[in-house]
Amino acid sequence: MVKKKDMSKGLPDPSELMDEILAKYPTKIAKKRKKAMVSNDPKEDQEIQANVRTIPGIITQRGCTYAGCKGVVLGPTRDIINLVHGPIGCSFYAWLTRRNQTRPAEGEDNFMTYAFSTDMQDENIVFGGEAKLKDAIREAYEMFQPKSIGIFSTCPVGLIGDDVHAVAREMKAELGINIFGFSCEGYRGVSQSAGHHIANNGVFTHVVGNNDREREGKFQVNLLGEYNIGGDAFELERLFEEAGFTLLSTFSGNSTIKNMEYSHTADLNMVMCHRSINYIAEMMEEKYGIPWVKVNFISAEGTAKSLRKAAEYFDDAELTAKVEKIIKREMAKVEKVKKEVEPKTTGKLAMMFVGGSRAHHYQDLFKEIGVTTVSAGYEFAHRDDYEGRKVLPNIKIDADTRNIEDLSVSKDDKLFRDDLAEKKQKLMDSGYAFSDYEGMMPEMNSNSLVIDDVNHWETEKLIEFYKPDVFCAGIKEKYVVQKSGVPLKQLHSYDYGGPYAGFEGAINFYKEMERMLSTNIWKMVDAPWKSEPEIVGSFAINE
Amino acid sequence: MLLRHTTDKVKERKALTVNPAKTCQPVGAMYAALGIHGCLPHSHGSQGCCSYHRSTLTRHYKEPVMAATSSFTEGSSVFGGQSNLLQGIGNIFSIYDPDIIAVHSTCLSETIGDDLGQIVAKARTDGKVPEGKHVIQAATPSYVGSHVTGYANMLEGIVKYFATNTDKLINQINLLAGWIEPSDMKELKRILSLMGVNSVLLPDTSDVLDTPMTGKYTMYPKGGTTIPEMVSMGDSLYSVGLGEWGTQKAAIALDNQCKVKFSIEDLPIGLKATDRFIQTLSKVGSVSVPESINDERGKLVDAITDMHQYLYGKRVALWGDPDQLIPLTEFLVDMDMKPVYIVSGTPGKSFDKRMKAILGDRVPEAKFKNGAAADMHLMHQWIKEESVDLLIGNTYGKYISRDENIPFVRMGFPIIDRIGHSYFSTMGYMGGLRILEKMLAVIMDYQDANCPEESFELTM
Repeated sequence: MVKKKDMSKGLPDPSELMDEILAKYPTKIAKKRKKAMVSNDPKEDQEIQANVRTIPGIITQRGCTYAGCKGVVLGPTRDIINLVHGPIGCSFYAWLTRRNQTRPAEGEDNFMTYAFSTDMQDENIVFGGEAKLKDAIREAYEMFQPKSIGIFSTCPVGLIGDDVHAVAREMKAELGINIFGFSCEGYRGVSQSAGHHIANNGVFTHVVGNNDREREGKFQVNLLGEYNIGGDAFELERLFEEAGFTLLSTFSGNSTIKNMEYSHTADLNMVMCHRSINYIAEMMEEKYGIPWVKVNFISAEGTAKSLRKAAEYFDDAELTAKVEKIIKREMAKVEKVKKEVEPKTTGKLAMMFVGGSRAHHYQDLFKEIGVTTVSAGYEFAHRDDYEGRKVLPNIKIDADTRNIEDLSVSKDDKLFRDDLAEKKQKLMDSGYAFSDYEGMMPEMNSNSLVIDDVNHWETEKLIEFYKPDVFCAGIKEKYVVQKSGVPLKQLHSYDYGGPYAGFEGAINFYKEMERMLSTNIWKMVDAPWKSEPEIVGSFAINE
Repeated sequence: MLLRHTTDKVKERKALTVNPAKTCQPVGAMYAALGIHGCLPHSHGSQGCCSYHRSTLTRHYKEPVMAATSSFTEGSSVFGGQSNLLQGIGNIFSIYDPDIIAVHSTCLSETIGDDLGQIVAKARTDGKVPEGKHVIQAATPSYVGSHVTGYANMLEGIVKYFATNTDKLINQINLLAGWIEPSDMKELKRILSLMGVNSVLLPDTSDVLDTPMTGKYTMYPKGGTTIPEMVSMGDSLYSVGLGEWGTQKAAIALDNQCKVKFSIEDLPIGLKATDRFIQTLSKVGSVSVPESINDERGKLVDAITDMHQYLYGKRVALWGDPDQLIPLTEFLVDMDMKPVYIVSGTPGKSFDKRMKAILGDRVPEAKFKNGAAADMHLMHQWIKEESVDLLIGNTYGKYISRDENIPFVRMGFPIIDRIGHSYFSTMGYMGGLRILEKMLAVIMDYQDANCPEESFELTM
């Protein structure tokens, strides 16, 4: 069994570990991987390499552009048929595997339980798949009468020259519903991240702004980058509703295309997962003048802070009072559970390698119950998610990034909210921060090890060095880590638990960590006879 | 309703697949390669494929599933993936040190025309394959066949690379396993040992995807068919392929390459298919059937006679892979159940022929279909037309089960919401008992939950 290190006097210098990791690599790889590892110093501006190609042959945890586009951003919206154009696998693997919960009303469309595919065969690869795609769209329309259809390109589509955008335009005209395509072939980018960007562009172009409906309700907000894994968005909806915020649309969890169509009438965008959705936030600000703020509803303190930040923006006494009332009531519940779990959790060590925001957000949640994060990194983030948006102007645009279109967005003269722009300026003058993601590294401990796109070999070495009490990652790492005697918490799927967002979520997570950090069975891994002297003899053997 | 848009209005579709009863080739190649000892599968394509396949296999087995990828970018997609694969092979041997790398292609690398054989040969001449190490390959275009096709292609790739005929016959048979669970592999080995027939089982995922907790992670677990075993397959007396879809290609390759004659049998699921398997073993191994096997058979027959009243006439819908569905359907019919709806996304002409032969007079109302147009949505629509008493298939059936309130037994791939398949086999007579027990459990649970209180029974 794993024996623990004493880290009560601060984290050990990880240089030795880094050297050991790199020693295994051929020189060129060692040089590249070295730049993706940083021994953190929160007081310094340190550069980390991120959003670059994974080296072939390396066992990475990353997925593809299609996964980011269809799986992550478009997947959680229920009133659209997401039609995957390609061989069957891509649609199959993204079929209900991400735990985006949704709550359609009786009689309302919900296509999320279905997998739709053109199931391309070899003749479609040889002769082209556009005709089959058109037929599939017609058949989907005839059978299901959706109001929108999204078309997702898989690897072969771009190569054989199928033009999904032309097909989408043609079918849109023919059927009279909203149909749009995504060039999200798996190879387009270095990770899922490219797919997020492509999805943002598509949703902004084809959905946002389709309905300039009259405004209803006060304090209108959108929640961006919240995917309702395990019901996270439900908990936030509960809080917003009670406080008096009007949530127009979530991108994308428990979401509908219908709501996204009028999301541009909001007064404020709140960004949870900066990596996957900042593009829409930026474009909505440029076009419609809606400011955005970074929020974090993972952790009780973070939730309180984020609610206060939103209330402060609207500067309304009644709203502020309600928010404070909620915080006071919920924090009392949170504090009670925190006290209960602390004996089991305080002083424990965690590491997390996941996503483009969760590896940061969950550190706050761990901190609340006395767990120290010794090492962390993202799977598909960019430098700004580590170092903060201040580095954006310095990020070198490489060929892979150039590959993904940056939409040029201009001001909508009719709908642009000058009042919000003015409000923003005023608040900024008083020190309120907008568009303000500071990244993961400034908040991490000195000497904690930050690693981007961590791979299998590095994971093994990290466990050996830190002997963490809990490791947070995804399904591919889960049983590898657990076989080493360390419990793993999945932070993509929550191990079929959750919600972990908001106050209720924090309570759920505290309790989950209490369970994981005091699981009895780990003490029974070694059979009792392993610690006894070996018995020599043949008394019971019947010869 | 979870599948609220599904109606009973079946309409011929020529282009749209909804809720597939199959997935793509590479995941099968990855699974097959995990059944050889010391092997790291490698996916030659974009990294999403590898990620999806590892995730699916991990969810199914709750075990580590390791594989590497060529991590294609736009550039490799345009100029070819040769340099990615060459670099990948070199890196894998220096960092992860497997004995064997099993490379499979993807729709991406196949579409651009990468020739795996040529690239792997270049890796050898470039010195990227260390002495005593091996790289094998299989072309697995995702737009042909299904996950079963990929499994079959990798098995063929394995025997083509390793099996060697030295003209010195070895007193053993080759047992080529179709796509079955680690528990099933173990059960096959147990049956072979009861029969007293020496054999090489290929692949063998037992002790690879069902490993014990020891507190220490081992990248290459102790299970899997070994290199000497695979080499020796060329000198075996005979090959028995279990499952036409999964094993025929490898059996033919062994015959062509090493002159090992073969026969293709059904997977030993249920009574008759197991009978045929035992008879084949008895014949090719020149052994008589031991009393212990007779006992096991007798136990299964005994349980069927005892429980016949609960199963008789029950209408069943099944989906999955032909190699499983054919003997399973036969088993159900032998118990006087009515497998009325059967779909498999895996193409193959003999499916229809076999199903007709099994169902023909016994269940004339049965509808069955395989290939690209046969999906779970079609089967669900059939169920909407006239319901069934039992569903048997992979985890995706749970949505139909809940919407239609139909008892559900999980069999097939993937099962991602329950455990058991790794440990408890459905092969052989004992496996037949397991299937019987699982069906009875859900049927009786359904009766207990839904019958009027006055007819609630204590005993059966």
